[in-house]
Amino acid sequence: MERRDFNKMLLACGALAAFGVSPAPRALAQHRDGGLTAILQPEPPILNLALNQQTPTGVVGGKIFESLLSYDFDLQPMPQLAESWEISEDGKTYTFRLVKNAKWHDGEPFTAADVVFSCANLLMEVHPRARANFDRCESIKARDDHTVVFTLKEPFAPFILAFEASSAPILPKHLYEGQDYRNSPYNNKPVGTGPFKFSEWVRGSHIHLTAFPDYYQEGKPHLTEIYYRIVPDAASRAVAMETGEAQLAQWMDIETFDVERLAALDHLTMTTKGYELFSPVLWIEINNRREPMNDKRFRQALMHLTDKKFVAERIMFGLAKPATGPIASTTRFFESDVKQYELSVEKATALLDEIGLKPDSDGKRITLRFAVAPYGEMWVRTAEYFRQAVAPAGIEVILDSYDIGGWASAISNWDFDLTTNMLYQYGDPALGVARTYISSNIRKGVMFSNTSGYSNPDIDRLFDEAAVETSDARRQELYSEAQRILVEDAPLLWLTEQRYPTIYDARIENLITTSTGVNGNFAAARYAE
Amino acid sequence: MEILLRIGFRIAGIVLTIFLIAVINFTLVNAAPGDPAAVMAGQSGAADETFLKQIRAEYGLDKPWPVQLGTYLLKVAQFDLGYSFRQRQEVSDLILERLGPTLVLTLSAFFLSLIGGVFFGALAGRRHGKWSDVAISMVALLLYATPVFWLGLMLVLVFSIQFEWLPAFGYVDIRASGFSAWNYALDVARHLILPAVTLSAIYMAVYTRLMRSSLIEVSQEDHVKTARAKGVAEGAILRRHMLRNAALPVVTMAGMQVGALIGGAVVVETVFSWPGLGRLTFDAVTQRDYPVLLGLFLVMSILVIAVNLLTDLIYRLVDPRIATQ
Repeated sequence: MERRDFNKMLLACGALAAFGVSPAPRALAQHRDGGLTAILQPEPPILNLALNQQTPTGVVGGKIFESLLSYDFDLQPMPQLAESWEISEDGKTYTFRLVKNAKWHDGEPFTAADVVFSCANLLMEVHPRARANFDRCESIKARDDHTVVFTLKEPFAPFILAFEASSAPILPKHLYEGQDYRNSPYNNKPVGTGPFKFSEWVRGSHIHLTAFPDYYQEGKPHLTEIYYRIVPDAASRAVAMETGEAQLAQWMDIETFDVERLAALDHLTMTTKGYELFSPVLWIEINNRREPMNDKRFRQALMHLTDKKFVAERIMFGLAKPATGPIASTTRFFESDVKQYELSVEKATALLDEIGLKPDSDGKRITLRFAVAPYGEMWVRTAEYFRQAVAPAGIEVILDSYDIGGWASAISNWDFDLTTNMLYQYGDPALGVARTYISSNIRKGVMFSNTSGYSNPDIDRLFDEAAVETSDARRQELYSEAQRILVEDAPLLWLTEQRYPTIYDARIENLITTSTGVNGNFAAARYAE
Repeated sequence: MEILLRIGFRIAGIVLTIFLIAVINFTLVNAAPGDPAAVMAGQSGAADETFLKQIRAEYGLDKPWPVQLGTYLLKVAQFDLGYSFRQRQEVSDLILERLGPTLVLTLSAFFLSLIGGVFFGALAGRRHGKWSDVAISMVALLLYATPVFWLGLMLVLVFSIQFEWLPAFGYVDIRASGFSAWNYALDVARHLILPAVTLSAIYMAVYTRLMRSSLIEVSQEDHVKTARAKGVAEGAILRRHMLRNAALPVVTMAGMQVGALIGGAVVVETVFSWPGLGRLTFDAVTQRDYPVLLGLFLVMSILVIAVNLLTDLIYRLVDPRIATQ
């Protein structure tokens, strides 16, 4: 290269650097004005919590919409739009007294009519989980402008847990009544009663919420605004937290292997609290209809081969706890006194021999296909681990990849041997656990029903009885019995109770105050003085 | 008259191509196993028969396949791309919202790779066998072999985290609504640098190699030798007699690569949170948002056809012989 060319190149590099340096790209790195930038992934399809209950919709919608109650870390109800409530002796009448000074974000007053309209009409039409709860009501009536009475056909103890924002969001009657709920213009410009009101949604980029000045709780919210930034790439999300461009990452935003590193940074802190109401349990689902999986000894053999501790520590990087049965330890009526399956290839092979599954000349007893859930690395690694774990007993597992549509279709139509799955428990076995095991919920084509096909009349009876029982002590007895039977029968292989990391700016206080954590309304969240 | 006829044929060809693309897209999308109802149920965490029935009715999935296809084609003919039941918005609105950022990104990357490729290729070809040629060729090979997402992340590490010169992701500052037009443009430009460089790198490498070998070949041709023998200055020979000829294969290649460029934008848009069509496509695929997916495929096909037309025009500019043929 001649000197003249070299000088030209040097000049060009200098110009490039100068162009890069001159502006201040990190202007948004710090919110000195009391706002918050949070990561959101994936982007929610809409913001109306009544029409969509996907996690990101719950995260954003939970700031805009409210329900009658929220729940503390022990799942005890706390006031939200209802300031007090009482349950009749017979467990059939729930009376809620509503806050009197709440307003919708468009300035209209919030009244009991909104609650009746939402629970008796709107949610009944569009929200499957709310429909299952409010279908149990004989009537939902407003006694006056600020009192609502729910009368149940028969007692249903977990009914008090049905009033969390994504389970029963209250929507404005004056904007939705008589409209096509699904195609209302307010679905993407939501109007709620929450501490933050909708300001702007630039699809693919961000959602902007601003503090609602007329919020009914005096002096709240403290945060002036919230930006939810959509960051689809996991590495970019970690970078955003590291550089301070975002101050909050939640749920599965950060890859498990990155959590410890980020949490150790000076400007960040981490908690796993705030997911108690959801308490998801991860399991390997076994198609109980097919041979030899219809034999409980085969399923028990799989239990003996699976090291849950390994999954919790190595695959989930400690962000999980080994599960002992169908109910999470943070859900009500958990029972720890259940059968323990010792990790033992010998015990597993003895069971396999007993049912006549003999190894061939290569030592192989059977080949099963594993439908890998298409939700990311964690699911793939779990499937890969399982394939290795059962191989010593002569069980060959072939992993099949799916996209979300194909996977959901295969599982809901019972076209699988094995897969992984995970469901929220919503605080009470009657709300989030029974659905996976009771025979009446074996419904072809319906996702999140009893897709494994397990059927046991004793389990059906115990779950049915416990759901309508009003005494907590008796419910505990019934659920303990159900857990013992289920662990003995092993219809699924419960692996871990998932714990999610919420990583956030260390200066923020009161961010996680309920068992719905980051899905809560953030009314109390503030920057330390 | 002949020109008009030729233009007519060309337009008819385009319309036929678009029609065939629409039919193939529809068939392929509907042939995939699984249905949107199952996906939506899967993501909402709850479902019952009523819910599934409602979704299938809304999507028109309860109608026979030929009826669905006919309805779709009729709508396309009326420039109606349909309605996304999942996002509760017109598909055309969703696509228009994202079209701008994608055009900005892909066009920047297209021209950056083309200009960079021709420049560095010419430089290397000119200095054939010297160390600068070896250096450029090696860097080009390295860029060609580098995965796009990795390059993106490395650029972020160096320019965003280490030096804090450029924003790590996004299209524009989220508070840009208060910016003046000039500041807004400047902000977009700053956000554009890393994604555009990332997306163009691999193509720039290809064009550099292509331009280099093409230039070396042209430099051996008789008319160049004659010019040299006549004592024309080297710079003038390069500009007047070699560059245009050598650039022809590069322009051809660039036109063909546009489809791949739009495809590559999916990865770059994901790494840099760029709110473009690529990410809309990715989301629509995973969520089985059929109306959006079909709309996107159609718009992208039209974009590719349009850029191919553009390439033909550039071809005529570069090589006047084609225009006169």
